[in-house]
Amino acid sequence: MRIPCPYCGARSSHEFAYLGDAAPTRPDPSAPDAAEAFHSYVYERDNPAGPMDELWYHSAGCRRWLKVTRDTRTHAITAVAFAGTGEGGR
Amino acid sequence: MTRLVDGGLIDRSRTLSFAFDGKSFTGHPGDTLASALLANGVRLMGRSFKYHRPRGVVTAGSEEPNALVELRTGARREPNTRATTVELYDGLEAASQNRWPSLDVDVLSVNRLVSPFLGAGFYYKTFMWPAAFWEKLYEPVIRRAAGLGRAPDAPDPDTYEKATAFCDVLVIGSGAAGLAAAQAAGRSGARVILAEEDFRLGGRLLSERAVIDGGSALDFVARAEAELSSLPNVRLMPRTTVFGAYDGSEYGAVERVGDHLPAPLPFQPRQRLWRIVAKRCVLAAGAFDRPIVFPGNDRPGVMSALALATYATRYGAGAGANAAVFSTNDHAVAAALDAAEAGLKLDAIIDVRPALPDALAARAKALGVRVITEGEVVATSGKCLTSITVRTPRGSETLTVEALGVSGGATPNLNLTCHLGGKPVWREDIAAFVPGAVPPGMAVAGAAAGTFALADCLAEGTRLGASAASDAGFAASPAPAPQAEGSPTGFKPFFHVQGKGSAFVDQQNDVTAKDVALAHREGFRAVELLKRYTTLGMATDQGKTSNMAGLALMAELTGKGIPATGTTVFRPPYTPVALGVLAGHHRGIDFKPARPTPTHEWALAQGAVFVETGLWMRAAYFPKPGEKDWLESVNREVKATREAVGVIDVSTFGKIDLQGPDVGVLLDRVYINMFSTLAVGKARYGVMLREDGLVMDDGTTARLADDHYVMTTTTANAAKVYQHLEFCLQVLWPELDVCLASVSEQWAQIAVSGPRSREVLGKIVDGLDVSNAGLPFMGVAQGSVMGGVEARIFRLSFSGELGYEIAVPARHGAALMQALMAAGAPFGITPYGVEALGVMRIEKGHVSGSELNGQTCARDLGLAKMASTKKDYIGRVMAGRPAFADPDRPTLVGFKPVDRAARLRAGAHFLKVGAAATTQNDEGYMTSTAFSPTLGHFIGLGLLKRGPERMGEKVRAYDPVRGGDMEVEVCSPAFIDPQGEKQRV
Ligand SMILES: [Zn+2]
Repeated sequence: MRIPCPYCGARSSHEFAYLGDAAPTRPDPSAPDAAEAFHSYVYERDNPAGPMDELWYHSAGCRRWLKVTRDTRTHAITAVAFAGTGEGGR
Repeated sequence: MTRLVDGGLIDRSRTLSFAFDGKSFTGHPGDTLASALLANGVRLMGRSFKYHRPRGVVTAGSEEPNALVELRTGARREPNTRATTVELYDGLEAASQNRWPSLDVDVLSVNRLVSPFLGAGFYYKTFMWPAAFWEKLYEPVIRRAAGLGRAPDAPDPDTYEKATAFCDVLVIGSGAAGLAAAQAAGRSGARVILAEEDFRLGGRLLSERAVIDGGSALDFVARAEAELSSLPNVRLMPRTTVFGAYDGSEYGAVERVGDHLPAPLPFQPRQRLWRIVAKRCVLAAGAFDRPIVFPGNDRPGVMSALALATYATRYGAGAGANAAVFSTNDHAVAAALDAAEAGLKLDAIIDVRPALPDALAARAKALGVRVITEGEVVATSGKCLTSITVRTPRGSETLTVEALGVSGGATPNLNLTCHLGGKPVWREDIAAFVPGAVPPGMAVAGAAAGTFALADCLAEGTRLGASAASDAGFAASPAPAPQAEGSPTGFKPFFHVQGKGSAFVDQQNDVTAKDVALAHREGFRAVELLKRYTTLGMATDQGKTSNMAGLALMAELTGKGIPATGTTVFRPPYTPVALGVLAGHHRGIDFKPARPTPTHEWALAQGAVFVETGLWMRAAYFPKPGEKDWLESVNREVKATREAVGVIDVSTFGKIDLQGPDVGVLLDRVYINMFSTLAVGKARYGVMLREDGLVMDDGTTARLADDHYVMTTTTANAAKVYQHLEFCLQVLWPELDVCLASVSEQWAQIAVSGPRSREVLGKIVDGLDVSNAGLPFMGVAQGSVMGGVEARIFRLSFSGELGYEIAVPARHGAALMQALMAAGAPFGITPYGVEALGVMRIEKGHVSGSELNGQTCARDLGLAKMASTKKDYIGRVMAGRPAFADPDRPTLVGFKPVDRAARLRAGAHFLKVGAAATTQNDEGYMTSTAFSPTLGHFIGLGLLKRGPERMGEKVRAYDPVRGGDMEVEVCSPAFIDPQGEKQRV
C-alpha cells in the first residue's frame, strides 16, 4: 500500500504508523459531561465499511501526522492532508 | 534415449552432465531438468504424496503437481523443486522424493491398500480415531510416509536481497500478448518492466509453429526481444515470477538470480525479492492446459498435451518412444501435430468430438497420424505407460504407446486477478472462468483473459499495452498489432471419462473422482468445503491444473452447473516463495539493527556482558576474573557504587529537545505535574499518562532556558513518547509554538553515582561549581568538561546515591567515560551495568518498565500525589474514573521473604495466608525482584490490594509456574534511605 504524504509524496505504508479513526476530537475537559465525553473519545469507534478518515504518522519520513481518507473495503486512498491544520491536502 | 534427432531451443553443441537419484545423465543448455530426464527416457520422477503412486512429469511449467525433486545437496538442498522449472546446469544433482528405499521400489506404496482410510476427509476423520489407533498405526506408518521433501539441515549459505522498482507499466508474461503489450507500451516512452517466469522470453511461442508478420513465431520473439532490449525505458526481467498483487498497485516478485547456477556468482544473491510499484499492469500470464479425469490418468507417461508438444518442439525431447494425444480442442491437436513435425512419433489423436476441422485433419493425414474421433481413453496400463484403451461408439481398442498427451481445453491463468478479492466469472462460450473484477490499474490480455486465437492475443496485447501507457500519461502511437494467421479454436467442454479404476483429479494431493463423490455424499459440496475436505487444490501447485476438473465433477454431481458451483479464489503467492528471500538479509546478527552506545567499544574492552534493550546493546554487568556467576559481579558493582562511586552509560534513555515559547504549556498538558513553573537550571521528575488514564512513561525533564527544555524518556518508550508529543502538537494543539527534535543519538550521557561522585566530577569539569550549593539536587549546569567539550550536567539519582548525569555530544562519549574512569581511579570507580542499575532502583523503590506495564495508573504506583489539580493534562479525566480510585486496586509496595534466605520471583501472585490459590482470591502480583547486596536478602516490588494499608502483614507469594510458594512480608517500597537523604548531600 502507498500513502501520498503531502510533504514526501507517495511512500510505502511501511514508513507510517497507524493510529485509527480521525473523527473523534478531544472533548472539553472542563465541561460538566467530560467523563462521558472522554469515555466516548477514548473507547467508542465506528467501524464503517467504506471511506473513513484515519490518522497515520509518517514516522520514517517527515514525522507529520496525516489525515488519510481510506476505503476500508478496498484500501483505496482518496484524500490525504496534514492532521490538525488540514493543510497540504491532496 | 528419446532425444529427437534435431530441433529445439537447446544448444546441442554443448553437453551438460547431471545426476538424478545418483544415476548420471547428460543434457544440453536450454534444457530443464524435466526435459533432460525425458530425453534420457526417464519417465518415473516421483512418488505421490499420500499413496506413493509412481508419478511422472505432467506439465512443462510452474504449475507442475508431480515432478517435485530435491535439488542440490547439503546446505543448499531444496525440497519440492519443480523439475519443470529447474534449468539444467553442469553437475546438477537432484533426488526424487517420497520413496523408500528407492523410486523404483517403494514399500510405502502399500498405502494404496489402506486407501479406504486415506480418502477424502482423511485428516478430519483421523482425529476422531481412537488414541491407540493413532499411536500404533497413524504415527509410525502413515505419518512417516506423508510429507514432501526434506528441508536442508544446515544454514543456507547463500544471500538474498530485497529491492524496489517503479514503473509505468508492468507486463507480466512474455508470450504473444505480453510481448505485444510491452512493445506498445515501451514505444510510448513509458517505463516498462516485462517480468517473465521462464528463463526465456516467448511463452507458448517457443513451442508453436505459428506464422507472425510473415515469419516464424521464434523470429517474432527474437525481433521483439531485440527491440525491447534496445529501449532504455524497458527493463526485461526473465527468471522473475510475479507472485502477488497488493494494494496500491504494488506487486511482489522473486527474481531467481542464481538458481540456474550450481551456486550464485561471487557477490550475487541467490534470489532477489522485488516490490514493483506499477502505475498500470498488463497481466498476460497465459492459460493452463486442462486435464481430463479418466481411469489411470496418473500413470507416468500421461501428461498435458501442450506439455508433450513443448517437450518435443522446444526441448527436442520425446516424452516416449511413441505417443498419442487425447484431446477435446483444436489447440491441443495443432500442438500435437507441431510435435509430430518436430520428430515425435505420434501414433494417434483421440478426440472426443465427432470430427476435426478440415485443416487439422489434413495436417494429420499428411503426417500419417491416425485420428480417432468420438474417442475416450478409458484405461491405461504399465508402471510407466505402455498402453491405453480407447473407447468409441464403434468399439474399444488398445494402443501401445509410451506417452499420452491429454488436453481438456484451456483454463485462463487469472491467479493474480484474485489477489485483491476479485472473483472469476464463468464464460459459457469458452467453458472457462475468466477474470472478474481485477486489481485497480490491471488489464488482462491474451489467454489469461480467455482470448485464445494467436492473432487476437497479439491485437489485445497491443491495445492494452498502449492504453496502459496512455493511462500512465504517455501518448502511445497507435502502431499496428503484429499479424498472425488464423488458428482454429474449436473445442468441446469435456471433463471426465466414466469408467472403473482410480481417476485422479488432483495428482499432487492424490484426490480422485471418488473422493469428490464422497465429499458430495457427505455434504461438503461448496467449493471451499470441497477443497478443505478433500485437500483438492492445496500444496505447492495450489490446484492450478486440478481445480477446474474438481469443481466440474462437483457441478456434475450436484446438477447445479459450474457457474452456480463457483470457484475457489486464489491468494498470493502464485508459486511457492522461499522464506529465505522474504527474510532477505534480515537473518542472524542482521535480523534487526543493533544500536551500540557511545561507550560500546570501551565496554567490550572491559569484558562487559551485553543485553539487548529495545534495539540497544547495553552492558548488563562487567564480570571480573574469579567471579563465579553474574550475581557476584552485580553485587560487587552495587556495593562499590553505594560505598564509593560507580559509572554507567545511560545514553539509551530517550532525549527530546523542546524549544519555543509554548514548551511549558505543552509539558503541563502532557505531564501530570507542573513544568511551566520549573526554574531555568532545574530538572524535575515527571509522569505522563495515556488519554485512558494509565501511565505511559516517566522521566526527568530539565529547563535549560526560558524557551528550551530537554526531556528524557525510558529507553523502551523513546519513539512512542516522541510520536505522542508530535500528536499533541500537530493534532490536538496545533496553535502551540513548539519545535521538537529527537536527540537521543546526538548526546552521550553517563551517570556517575555514589558518595565519591562529586569528587570525580570535580576533576573533569572546566571550572564549574559542582558543590552542593553550586549544583544542588535536581540542578542542571551547562558548561564544558575535559578542556572544552560542551556538556550538560544534571544532578539526578536513579540509584539513590549522590549522583550526576553528564551529557556530551555523542562523539565525545567514549572519551568522557575514559576521563571519568581515570578521575575515579583513586576512589575505585567501578563500571556497572543495567543489572546493578536494576538492583539499585528496586532498593530505592523506583518504578520501571515492569511497573509501567500499561495496566497501572498513577495511584497504583504511589504517584498520585504528584498530580497537579491546577490544570488539565492528558489522561486526567479518565484517571478520575471510580475504578482507578478503588482502594481495593493492587497498589505498589515492597516485599521481603519471611525466610530471608528464600528467593523471590517476579510474576508470583499474592494470596492471603491460608487462602486457596484461586482467581477470586488473587490480590495482585510481584513485578520486580532482586537480590539486595545492601540488605543481604531478596527484595521485591509488587502490586498488592490495599498494599500501603498492610505494612508488616505476611502474604503468600504463589508462583505455580516455577513451583514457588512462600510467605513474604509487606513493607515500604523504599528499602534504603526512605527519606532520600543520600542523594541530597
Ligand atoms: Zn511525509
